[in-house]
Amino acid sequence: MAGLNKQTASTQHNPFPRNWWVSGLWLVAAIYLVYSVNAMGLDWDRFTAGLGHADNLLSRMFPPNFSRWELLLEGLIESLEIAVISSVVGIFLSLFIGLLAARNFMPNWISTPVRGFIALCRSFHPVIIAILFVKSVGFGALAGILTLVIATIGFIAKLFAEAIEEISFKQVEAIRATGASFVSVILFAVMPQVFSRFIGFATYQFDSNLRNSTMVGIVGAGGLGGTLFSAFQRFDYDFVAAILITIIALILFWEFLSTLVRRIF
Amino acid sequence: MQKIDHHWQRFTLKQKLSRFTVYLFFIVALVLSVRTVEIIPEFFFDAPEQMVDLFSRMWPIDFAFYPISVHDAMIETLNIATLGTLFTLIFSIPLALMNASNIVASPWAHWIARFFLVSSRSVNSLVWALLFVAIFGPGVLAGVLAIAFRSVGFVGKLLSEALEEIDMGSVEALRATGAPWGAVMLKGYWPQVKPAFFSIVLFRWDINVRESAVLGLVGAGGIGVVLNDSMNLFQWQQVAMSLLAIFAVVVAAEVVVVNIRKRLI
Repeated sequence: MAGLNKQTASTQHNPFPRNWWVSGLWLVAAIYLVYSVNAMGLDWDRFTAGLGHADNLLSRMFPPNFSRWELLLEGLIESLEIAVISSVVGIFLSLFIGLLAARNFMPNWISTPVRGFIALCRSFHPVIIAILFVKSVGFGALAGILTLVIATIGFIAKLFAEAIEEISFKQVEAIRATGASFVSVILFAVMPQVFSRFIGFATYQFDSNLRNSTMVGIVGAGGLGGTLFSAFQRFDYDFVAAILITIIALILFWEFLSTLVRRIF
Repeated sequence: MQKIDHHWQRFTLKQKLSRFTVYLFFIVALVLSVRTVEIIPEFFFDAPEQMVDLFSRMWPIDFAFYPISVHDAMIETLNIATLGTLFTLIFSIPLALMNASNIVASPWAHWIARFFLVSSRSVNSLVWALLFVAIFGPGVLAGVLAIAFRSVGFVGKLLSEALEEIDMGSVEALRATGAPWGAVMLKGYWPQVKPAFFSIVLFRWDINVRESAVLGLVGAGGIGVVLNDSMNLFQWQQVAMSLLAIFAVVVAAEVVVVNIRKRLI
């Protein structure tokens, strides 16, 4: 007992020591916040003035106006078409591009340029790619499809290449030992190992293409986005609300379907 | 001698049927889309020529344009992305806590949190920007809020998943000592989700840098405004300069994030 009482406060070990790195990081974030709010001229007056407008906007948005449902349906179907075609084409191309980019199957002189191409596809936002395609193929669904094909390649091909790089080589060797051709090795040794992950990537990418297909229309590449943008420009906020509700419903419905698909595979 | 008459099958009949349904569903969707989508074939075959034309107009890149307006707009874009990422924490941390089943047990809270998280993700950042431009007028404030609202769903969902995966041992130990709720949060949950938290925030920042580059197309500040102006004036050499600047910043942001994440994990 005497030993316990002798212990002073200075020798006690604090079980929760302060992490100076993290504290420093929060400090830097706080300083940055003050600096950037000042530098960009964000002030409270503008914010509160805006809240009044928000009230006005919301009262004009509700109740949503579904009376022009033909226009809405037309845009919705075009968005769906863009999403389906671009996902199928993009995923199909990504299968080959991903394989070409896998470093354990391809020599460096093939995989490095292919990886560069994938990185290039990923580095621009779909909207910027959509602008370039609208210039080159004109307004309409085709520009949207091409844009989302590029976006799909940038995402799926990269993940697919990584999935192939992580596979176990035992099965590949076993299939090779039977004298199988390269195509058979891919079909019977590689695909079974990556297929379920691949379905996961594909459903995720379809989800993302569905969201983006409702957006590329803002720059003229077809789909519901064009309808939305023109409704905004004509201040038809009740129609805007109807379009937004449709988009959210569409995506919720797909989330429900995609959980079903994932349960099957 | 007993004859082995059943042969091995990888999937049960039910699995086969459900997989077949999914395939059939997708093929029908694809065929319907391809048959009804409006594509003008002349435009498609004309595309390579138009692309070459576009790139020849972009060359040589107008580097003198950089100090005039690209530099300031690029700094503004980075500020929008960073401020948006910081503001999103105000909404996404409470929603993540509400959505994590090991923190709040009520299913009502989960549904409310999930509703906000899903609607934040379903509405694209450009659409958020359109809404906020309508409320607060064109400018940086609309961009920051669009980025913040769009990121809530992403950060909140991933953070709540990280929270649900933690080891409850230390939380229970803290509760057993009678620690108040705040202390359990700070010393039980927080140390375990800290690496995931920083990695999610950095990842979202990287995405936000890309997204904030295009917000200007609808008037929400940043490099997009400059890009849109030069495009409306058909100054393709200035467009090329803006695109190059976006590309450089996006690549730099990704390199920074990858390096920090490597040290975190």
